Parts: sequence; C-alpha cells; structure tokens
Amino acid sequence: MDNHPIVQHIPRLRRYARALVGDRYAADDLVQDTLERAWNKLHLWRPGSDMRAWLFAIMHNVFVNHARSRRYEVERSMEALPVMAVRATQGDHLELQDIDRALGTLPVEQREVILLVAVEQMTYEEVARALAVPVGTVMSRLSRGRDRLRHLTMGSASQPLKVVK
Amino acid sequence: MPTPDDADLHAYADGLLDEAGVAEVERYLAEHPADAERVRAWRDMNAALRHTYNPVLDEPVPERLTARPPRRWRPYAIAASLLLAGVALGWIGRSAFFGLPLAGSPASALARQAAVAHAVYSPEVRHPVEVWAAQEDHLVAWLSKRLGTHLKCPSLATLGYTLVGGRLLSGSNGPVAQFMFQDGRGTRLTLYVSTQKGDPRSTAFRFSQEDKVAVFYWIDGNYGYALSGEMSRADLLQVATLVYKQLNPE
Repeated sequence: MDNHPIVQHIPRLRRYARALVGDRYAADDLVQDTLERAWNKLHLWRPGSDMRAWLFAIMHNVFVNHARSRRYEVERSMEALPVMAVRATQGDHLELQDIDRALGTLPVEQREVILLVAVEQMTYEEVARALAVPVGTVMSRLSRGRDRLRHLTMGSASQPLKVVK
Repeated sequence: MPTPDDADLHAYADGLLDEAGVAEVERYLAEHPADAERVRAWRDMNAALRHTYNPVLDEPVPERLTARPPRRWRPYAIAASLLLAGVALGWIGRSAFFGLPLAGSPASALARQAAVAHAVYSPEVRHPVEVWAAQEDHLVAWLSKRLGTHLKCPSLATLGYTLVGGRLLSGSNGPVAQFMFQDGRGTRLTLYVSTQKGDPRSTAFRFSQEDKVAVFYWIDGNYGYALSGEMSRADLLQVATLVYKQLNPE
C-alpha cells in the first residue's frame, strides 16, 4: 500500500493544505477528507494521467465545498508552521510567520493560485486544470495576489523581501 | 516577444519561460528598474513560501492519513442492485437461448448470494461479525454444528489477513457460515460456506464479478465455497488458492 501513488503524494498534499489552511490539524483534516474521496473515486482516475493534478483538484473541491461550513477555518498560529521554518526565522529580516499570516489574509482564490505556482511549482495550465478555471483567471488571481502579498509583507515597497537560508 | 507583458514577467519569475523568453525578459528588465523590482519581489516571495512550507514534506505523516479508509459505499444499495441483477440474470438464465444454464445455475447463485452477504456485512464497523476471532474455537464449533459438517477456518496470515470473526446466515438451502478476514489497511474478505442440494459434486474455481465485489467460488462435495472481496481478480485468486489449499490438504 505504501507504494501506491496516492500515498506517495501525501506529503505534498499536507504541505499545500498547511499553507492553505494555516492550522496543522485543520490541514490534516482537509488531507484526510481529500484522501477518503480519492480512494473512493480511484476508479475514475485514468491510469497514465497526472495523479498529482487529480489529487489537487479533489482537494480544491473538498476545500471549496466546505468553505461555507468553515470547517477548515482556524486561526493561523505559530504552531502551524513547521519547527524548522520557525527556527530559521531567528535573526532573519523576514519573519517567516509574517508571510504565513499575510497569506492567510488573502482571498482563498488568490492563496490557492499563489501556492500552486510558488510552492507546488505548477505551470499556469496545470493550476487552471486543478482549479477548473481558465488560464486568464489564474493569471489575474496570481497578479492581484502577488501585489497584495508584496504590500503586506514589505510595508513600504522599498525594502526587499529577504530570506536568509 | 517584442515587449514582455505582465504574464511574461510572472512566467519569468516562476521559471516557466524557455531560453529565448528568458533572454527577452532580462533585456527588458535591464531597462525597466521598476518592473525588475516587482519581479525580484515575486521571486523572493516564491522562495520565502517554499522555505516556509517545504519542511512539512519532512514531517512524519500522521497514521490517520496513511491508512486506506474502509470503503464507504452504501452496502444496502449494492446488495439491492445485486439482488436485482440476480433476478434479471435468473430470468435470462431460464431462456431457451442459453444452452448452458449459466446464470441460473446453483453455482452462480452461490456467487451472487456470497457477494450480497459480503456487501451487507463487510462495511459494518461495530457489528461485522456475531462471534469475534478471540473465540475462534467456539465460532468454528458452532458453525460446524449448524452446517452439519466439520468446518475449518483457513489461516490467511501469510497474505496479511487476520480473522475478524464469523456469523451464521440463512441461504436458500439452509444455514450458511460466513467468515470475515481483514488486512492491515482494513480491506475485508469474506468466505461464505453453504450447503448444496442434490448429488455431491465438485467444480473447479470459477470467477464472478458482482458489481464491485469479486468472487471466486467452487463446490466441493455437499458444500459450496465463495470468497468475496472488493479487489482485483489476481489478488483475490491468490487468497482463494490459499483458502482452497488449506481446506483440502493433500
């Protein structure tokens, strides 16, 4: 079972869910609900097609379907961030939890696009397929989301965002 | 790409341009510092986001996410559809067009009944069995007595399945024993043992796909055996072969 392609994608689904939702447990709830649906719909997946895209599309649907019930909406907290990332912020110009918090204030549609592009490193076409929207919509969400994130994390536009590795 | 537009700049920041595109955008950015600054901010943001969330990849995955969840199909709907299919097939089986009474034969009825029983009981969370595996001796003795034979409960541990328990059911020819097995991820198999009417006879393994439930079944003397599971034919055959070997030691 551990070799099943679905299982191999779990870490990436968790990373995306954590960034999307913020809270560790709410994020894993989202992953669990996504996996449950994926296992039940496995017969609908076309062998040979991109399983990552299929799983991310399912996660998007699960997330959007529960948006009204606010099931996964929990206050973003420091605890949500992986230990390593929090540690890495010490002494840095950029407080990494700042970008997490800033991300949390973006509309969900912009957050999804930014994460799929930046973290999941999908092409715009892949993002469009996962979210079932036209590529033009992806581009406008990306553009608006990035503008907003830039202003939120930098305060003034003069200070560049720095990450000390 | 004479003058790159915003989409090109984003694609550049995200590393989605080909070599020519990259050169084009870099030439443009060299002369447009404000755009160059935006693009740099986007790239920094990408890096910051990856830096923030990538460590999640290295966290151990919680156990609740790695276990394949028990099937949540609607057992009663499937049982009903199987019964309906059974009625339809039974009707066709009576037709003179069929030289062989395939669908209406007792053997295929066995497969169908076993699949229905599997669909009804295997998704049960609290009451999948009447007698749990902890009382295996009692279970086997009880079911043996009701079926009027000496039943053996196969051990499928070598294939990763452990006994959940068993229950008594009623079949068209009287009492039926159902043993249930489960593997580490919750996939369940049931072995259905029924008495057969008429002269004792034996058949080879036969396979039947009853909706989502795969069934291997065979008749051995006065008893019919059917192993059901929601899995591929090949996987189920492996288990069925082991069951058969254990019930018929050479």
